[in-house]
Amino acid sequence: MEIGLTHYLVVSALLFSLGVFGIVTRKNSILVLMGLELILNSANLNFIAFSKFKGLNIEGHIATLFVIVLAAAEVAVALAIILNIYQNYHHIDVDEINKLKE
Amino acid sequence: MLFDFVFYMFAVIVIVSAMGVVFSKKMMYSAFSLLFTFFGMAGLYVLLSADFVAVTQIMVYVGGILVLIVFGVMLTSKITGVDIKTGTIGKIQLTVGAITSVIVAIILLFTYLNVEWMTSQFQIEVSTTTHFIGFGLFTEYLLPFFVAAILLLVAFIGAAKIARRK
Repeated sequence: MEIGLTHYLVVSALLFSLGVFGIVTRKNSILVLMGLELILNSANLNFIAFSKFKGLNIEGHIATLFVIVLAAAEVAVALAIILNIYQNYHHIDVDEINKLKE
Repeated sequence: MLFDFVFYMFAVIVIVSAMGVVFSKKMMYSAFSLLFTFFGMAGLYVLLSADFVAVTQIMVYVGGILVLIVFGVMLTSKITGVDIKTGTIGKIQLTVGAITSVIVAIILLFTYLNVEWMTSQFQIEVSTTTHFIGFGLFTEYLLPFFVAAILLLVAFIGAAKIARRK
């Protein structure tokens, strides 16, 4: 069977659900962030796959580049917030963080 | 034939290392599994003739985001203690999370496999996509390009401001 659009879509669906699983079951906020990265990657794979199978439409590539830029900004801000939480709580369990300031 | 083999190799790398990210007990192992996921994704992008995006993926994700995440892991865990573990979670939460993600996977797979996607057989033969991406970024997508640039600047200044010790 020739590799077609659905093959890539199946990979992206599995990646997405693994990311969802990571986000909802992990307690450590950095691991939640990693699950988020998996989800963003699966979205990127969809963009690129659809762009390829619509006759190499370049708009999907540009959307992917913007997603990568936003992912970089998001990780930087999220890690800064996590470092701040760690200074206040001495742990980063998302279950137990319930105050914004002391 | 070779193309099929390479595709399945990269797909297996991506899925297995993504499983490593979400299932492994130690945070550092998750971070390094994420490395293989990003490289596998770059391989899939190359197979989809997206060369520029593949290189950007390696440079930004592996070179930037993964290093940031590893720094975060090391800065927020006591290396000698048990805190480097990911923390256990109750059986009920784990079950609910597993059911949720399986339902999501089933819905997505059902949709993807049953919808008749509009694909075009016609393929533009290009040697590289960089020219088209550059042309697009500076004509049609000029405003999003500048907005993204300013957003990056603001995000990094904000991150430095938030993370600084008082």
